[in-house]
Amino acid sequence: MPEPLIFNKSQRGQRGIRFPDSDVPDTGPALPERLLRRRPLRLPEVSERSVVRHITILSRENFCVDTNFYPLGSCTMKYSPRCNERLASLPEFTDVHPYQDDEGCQGTLEILWRLQELLKEITGLPAVSLQPAAGAHGELTALLIFAAWFRSRGEKRKTVLVPDSAHGTNPASCRIAGFEAVQVRSDAHGLVDVADFESHLDGSVAGMMLTCPNTLGLFETRVAEIARRLHDVGARLYIDGANLNAILGITRPGDWGADAIHINVHKTFSTPHGGGGPGAGPICVAEDLGPFLPSPTVEQAATGIYHLRPGGDQSIGRVRGFLGQVGVLIRAYCYIRRLGGPGLRRVAENAVLNARYLRERCRKDLDLPYNGECMHEFVLSAKELKDACGVRALDIAKRLIDHGIHPPTVYFPLTVEEALMIEPTETERRRTLDFFADVLHDIVAEARKTPELLHEAPHTTAVSRPDEVRAARELDLHFDWPEREPQIHD
Amino acid sequence: MAYLGNPPYIQEEMLHVLGLRSHADLFRSVPEALRLKGDLNVPPMMSEMELDRHVRRLAARNRPAAQTISFLGAGVYDHFIPAAVELLAARGESITPYTPYQAEASQGTLQTLYEYQTMIADLYGMEVANASLYDGTSAAAEAALMARAITRRPKVIVSQTVHPETIECLKTYLVNTDAELVTVPYREGCTDLEIVANVLDDQTACILVQLPNFFGIVEETDKLVEMAHAIGALAVASVNPISMGLLRAPGEYGVDIVVGEGQPLGIPMNMGGPYLGLMATRREFVRQIPGRLAARTVDRRGNESFCLTLQTREQHIRREKATSNICTNEGLMALRAMLYLSLVGAEGLAEVARLCAAKAHYLARRLAEVKGFEIRYAAPFFNEFVLQCDQPADRVLARLAKRGICGGVLLARFYPQMDSRILVAVTEKRTRDELDAYIEAVQQ
Amino acid sequence: MASPMDCRYTATHEWCRADGDMAAIGLTQHAVNQLTDLVYVDLPGPGATVTAGTACGEVESVKAVSEINAPVSGEVLQRNEIVTGEPANITKDPYGHGWLIKVRMSSPAELDALMDAAAYDASLED
Repeated sequence: MPEPLIFNKSQRGQRGIRFPDSDVPDTGPALPERLLRRRPLRLPEVSERSVVRHITILSRENFCVDTNFYPLGSCTMKYSPRCNERLASLPEFTDVHPYQDDEGCQGTLEILWRLQELLKEITGLPAVSLQPAAGAHGELTALLIFAAWFRSRGEKRKTVLVPDSAHGTNPASCRIAGFEAVQVRSDAHGLVDVADFESHLDGSVAGMMLTCPNTLGLFETRVAEIARRLHDVGARLYIDGANLNAILGITRPGDWGADAIHINVHKTFSTPHGGGGPGAGPICVAEDLGPFLPSPTVEQAATGIYHLRPGGDQSIGRVRGFLGQVGVLIRAYCYIRRLGGPGLRRVAENAVLNARYLRERCRKDLDLPYNGECMHEFVLSAKELKDACGVRALDIAKRLIDHGIHPPTVYFPLTVEEALMIEPTETERRRTLDFFADVLHDIVAEARKTPELLHEAPHTTAVSRPDEVRAARELDLHFDWPEREPQIHD
Repeated sequence: MAYLGNPPYIQEEMLHVLGLRSHADLFRSVPEALRLKGDLNVPPMMSEMELDRHVRRLAARNRPAAQTISFLGAGVYDHFIPAAVELLAARGESITPYTPYQAEASQGTLQTLYEYQTMIADLYGMEVANASLYDGTSAAAEAALMARAITRRPKVIVSQTVHPETIECLKTYLVNTDAELVTVPYREGCTDLEIVANVLDDQTACILVQLPNFFGIVEETDKLVEMAHAIGALAVASVNPISMGLLRAPGEYGVDIVVGEGQPLGIPMNMGGPYLGLMATRREFVRQIPGRLAARTVDRRGNESFCLTLQTREQHIRREKATSNICTNEGLMALRAMLYLSLVGAEGLAEVARLCAAKAHYLARRLAEVKGFEIRYAAPFFNEFVLQCDQPADRVLARLAKRGICGGVLLARFYPQMDSRILVAVTEKRTRDELDAYIEAVQQ
Repeated sequence: MASPMDCRYTATHEWCRADGDMAAIGLTQHAVNQLTDLVYVDLPGPGATVTAGTACGEVESVKAVSEINAPVSGEVLQRNEIVTGEPANITKDPYGHGWLIKVRMSSPAELDALMDAAAYDASLED
């Protein structure tokens, strides 16, 4: 039986939490009548027991990393260690107000400062801001820094180069930062077409956004050259750090000549995805861009005391309120400290090993459009299957759900037709990888024999193929309370 | 080996299957010149036990709100978080799912978001809400961008009674656009409507105000909304969600886009984040809303189901023409807010709001009776007010600190010239004894 | 199936049918096929000005939002409320009842810059 909407479990007079009566003298209404609520607020009237049952049941309807394999390319769905959850949830961390004076939060400030130092070492870039709330937010922040840097030199550049295989946040961030995204083609090997890159390179280019390894899971072998050429025309290189998991302890963007990178802490550094967030997107930048970082930064005084230092005149200001995603960053700190240097390197080694192994097992069943040595993820194409029997990447994805496997990323990157982007991560066992490969094999065989089965997949879930067209037409985004209360008991 | 799926012997087997001799061979595509020689220079690994010890020692160097009597506010507040919120939000099935792009694998997340959207829209008296933005501050900036896109006008007017960090964030977001950002001063703690009338013109996309405002005052915004609409501009308000248990909802007086900081709804203060960006608006603007939207629909078997909708507006499809670049949001925090609102209900929220107001007014009244102190503004306030001292405010706070009281936010932190003013916030958690202790401490 | 001969076409898959100095504008079958189920369309109303080659509206499906580019410049005389109310009507009859807007052309010579049916169909072959 499907779990009803919480509004339909409402029963008049039911309450979850009650608060005590006021213990201060009642001297009449605190505010004038005209400022008070007129239209009564309607929220569900449910007991705590109902709420607990409701959310427990609903949460169990979800796939999650704790229960399912999530080979989502570009998302790095690795295991979230519980010690990080416990430590970050300590009241000494959670119960601190952001405007607490520095001496009352030395513990958190020290963690943030140390995290900054760790990120500098991991990326090879010397200046850090922990302020951005997510990867896309970090992208925007870095692009705003580029713009401010150019302004400080009396220049205003129009365009930012973005590979055609880039994540959608890249061109979106360009626009918000006031730049025009100009697409650079990929070559036959799936890497940036350097000739096409050169053809766009002129004095109007502010920089390039490059994901490396790229969204096909391939290392951009000419990245150092690209950095040099950008610098030759006075432009800067931004690295989208979504795929950092593949290169931890192996190579560092700072050593490639990169000028800025954002880090997806909820990908590379294991903080949980929470059904869509929260994440954090700290950025690391080159020395000369340091003064432009958002305000404030976390500093350590000569006395060893940690404090917040407001940005100088050149700081781009703020991209959010308060300090940053502190709770998330504490988890990331715990993760990095737990692993140490060799541990981080082993993460990359095993992320790549697992992906490379899985690719070998899957390539006989679906096409591998780019044959280069993949790193932590690889892209298959269902185009041939679609031409042969009409079964698309979407259908394969939905059929995987019947086997308890969360689908991989589909239809991205845009440069591959009927793409399935697969990233197993280092926290999965070989047995799980073999299971995935076997299931994929069976699904492809099924596709050729009984394609209709796949067009209507999934079959075993409570819900199958929600009508997205109807959803977009009707836009039922809000439950409208009926005039009279329905009574549904649980 | 921490968190690796395969022990070394399995890794060896897998390397063998791939025809590789060692892990280093996996990275042949990385140019030699770019390879690190040796491992990263970071502190050595720790066992869980060692990490636990290390981090708890750091934690002990913090002074959490429970160890003081806290009167800190300015956008983030020490409200009571019910146990069920914490424990349900800690479930693995709540914290480890992904964004609900695959609807069939995410009905739990999607239904929760639909319920959350409903509650936030209802809280603010608006027609539709999104599935969250990063925080209240950046939500205000997104609202300004949204108003510009809707009206196709460049000018954004913001009152100086809006949180200074919000104004800063607006500046940062608008600096590389053709926007003109105009700040309007205040008089006696309230937005100066005469000046608003002067700067409002047919180039204005929106005017942004905050309720209660940064000084805690509940401004009368009807005139302002009227003025904005008369010229075809949008009225945008950043509204404290707890205050909705007592104050009239912005939907009741014509606000077009409402944003807010959702931290007071069951989210810990966490020294800065993660928080929750609330946004609600009119149905007619639904295609310009940034962020995700969960919709109710039917599936192919005719069963009620949920899915994300209008994704064509988001970055992963629309790319450079997207309404915003936001991808990861604050899903888990939205769950907390939904849990909080479900547990307290409308009655509970009204109780919390009334307690906040009553206690704040009690403290203010008694402080006004102490020599050397006055409540700076006469205008109506909710649970926060500006305390004017006849001496440097940091001295007053030091005296309070000696009694274990965190007396409020130094306004000089934002406005250096206001060095004799403290912003005092009172929540439902403050007891009469604690309020009286504040009075005693300043009376000395 | 060949595209209607009485229309001229843009590279961005809009058609344009002239009648004196009036022009009706719509989306080609190819565009409709690419977009699949249409859920929303946003068009300029009577009195608005459109400029050849620039976006004058949007059409949205679950897969994408696409801009509608005006094939010719002029003043909008009529907007087809049948399709704004129910975008699926565009799909049913893209060259007939599924028209989008009618404009009074400010410079009919712009029609010459557009492709004829044969040229448009050939361009789709590539």
